[in-house]
Amino acid sequence: MVDPKIVVKDLNIDYGGAPALKDMNFSVMDKEILGVIGPANSGKTSFLRALNRLNDLDLGCRMKGSILLNGKDINREMDAEEVRKKVTMVFALPIPLPMSIFDNIAYGPRRHGIKDKKKLEEIVEKSLRAGYLWDEVKDRLTSSAMKLSGGQQQRLCIARTLAVEPEVILYDEPCSGLDPISTAKVEDAIRELKSRYTQILVTNNVKQAARVGDKVAFFLMGELVEIGEANQLFTAPKDKRTNDYLTGRFG
Amino acid sequence: MKLKPQTKQKIAFALLGLAAVVVIIPVAVILIILIKRGLPAISWQFLTEMPRMGMRAGGIFPAIMGTLCLVAGAIGVALPLGVLTAIYLVEYAKKNWWTRMIEIAVVNLAGVPSVVYGLFGLGLFVIFFHFGSSIVAGALTLAIMELPVIITSSKEALMSVPRSFREASLALGVSKWETIRCVVLPNALPGILTGSILGVSRTAGETAPILFTVAAFYLPRLPQSIFDQCMALPYHLYVLSTQVPNVKPALQYGTALVLVGMVFSLNLVAIIVRAHIRSKKQW
Repeated sequence: MVDPKIVVKDLNIDYGGAPALKDMNFSVMDKEILGVIGPANSGKTSFLRALNRLNDLDLGCRMKGSILLNGKDINREMDAEEVRKKVTMVFALPIPLPMSIFDNIAYGPRRHGIKDKKKLEEIVEKSLRAGYLWDEVKDRLTSSAMKLSGGQQQRLCIARTLAVEPEVILYDEPCSGLDPISTAKVEDAIRELKSRYTQILVTNNVKQAARVGDKVAFFLMGELVEIGEANQLFTAPKDKRTNDYLTGRFG
Repeated sequence: MKLKPQTKQKIAFALLGLAAVVVIIPVAVILIILIKRGLPAISWQFLTEMPRMGMRAGGIFPAIMGTLCLVAGAIGVALPLGVLTAIYLVEYAKKNWWTRMIEIAVVNLAGVPSVVYGLFGLGLFVIFFHFGSSIVAGALTLAIMELPVIITSSKEALMSVPRSFREASLALGVSKWETIRCVVLPNALPGILTGSILGVSRTAGETAPILFTVAAFYLPRLPQSIFDQCMALPYHLYVLSTQVPNVKPALQYGTALVLVGMVFSLNLVAIIVRAHIRSKKQW
């Protein structure tokens, strides 16, 4: 039996009011793609932000329970920078930093102490290739990342997270602002990365979770209703609420 | 009587335009008078020579140098202190009563009349710290006066950097300080610089704060150290206008023109710096 990459134990989160997450318990295996689906306000984003401790920035946020990464408690046995370097996040809207394409990718490695220009160039090319963007931008690495199209920007953000050599990548509805073709390219990138990374994809698009997820979790009102193999969950959900959501009765 | 919407719109535009023009008038009139009466007095000698004959002749060189020293000293102290305070308040401070106290203090500091700063400087720097009436005391007094402007404009500039930039950087495992240094500060810099230079240029023309702390009535030589007194343009202008009989008005207007010119060129520097950084900015 292999140890799971991420274990979530009795996770409760609230922002000073109603709980955002209630008694979550599950685990994610190494190099697995977990799709997380659920209607708005179901706690998907809170869950992601807990995984790389971005919730720390919200002063009102309170958390109980624990999250283990490789068996270590990310809140008690690791510091926030260490967690975020290993568990990086791609946000809903692409957020290129206001600098060139090259500097965007090199930003993380530089901050983590890599100064050598050759090494940086290598990392940038490798990351952009892995993010399915290299061919489109290789001739204009020095131009502003703000000038890329939305889909390109999102793949740039993926490449930027790859450059810090994480172990886990979190996606917070990464395709919500993208057209179908850009979406397909981002999904290709995610599938391509499966061989090396554990990935968690929060999405409002149920079909997207079916297309890329190995496993899928259904969140509702801060509760984990059901988690299972993608095939099983979409064809024969165990819980009635999952079925209702998938068939479009609500959400 | 019912007006058509288009007519109403025209009237509104006319009123707004009129208000804008009214604002320009005083500035224009002041400038025209200053240039008309002051320009004849301005010459190379006027700018580079010591005053002679009890300030009735000669130049205003020591006053120009004095004001430059004071401005440089004040900005050297106030800029780092103000920017660091702003970073603390925006990025690190928790929202508690202590932070609110600091913020209230800053706002109140901006409302203190300048002559009170002068007395404060006299009490603290000149007497308590034994700096005497000196450039240090004057520059520090001006610095304290600039602080609220610098802090407020820096805070605005820092807060205008989108939170998403910070999160994108933090999400890569970059530490908070590195995030501030590499993402937040570069993008806030134009705002910080413009606000600060505008604040400084305003204090360059202040008389009251330097009256008790540094300004010399008549000192026809350059200061030798930062613990010397010096002449300064605003105070020199005051002296010329009220304390010395039989001064040619051209000298007064000339001095005023030089002072206004200095303030304007500082503002111009602010504008150029901002434009330069904006042109490189990519969002």
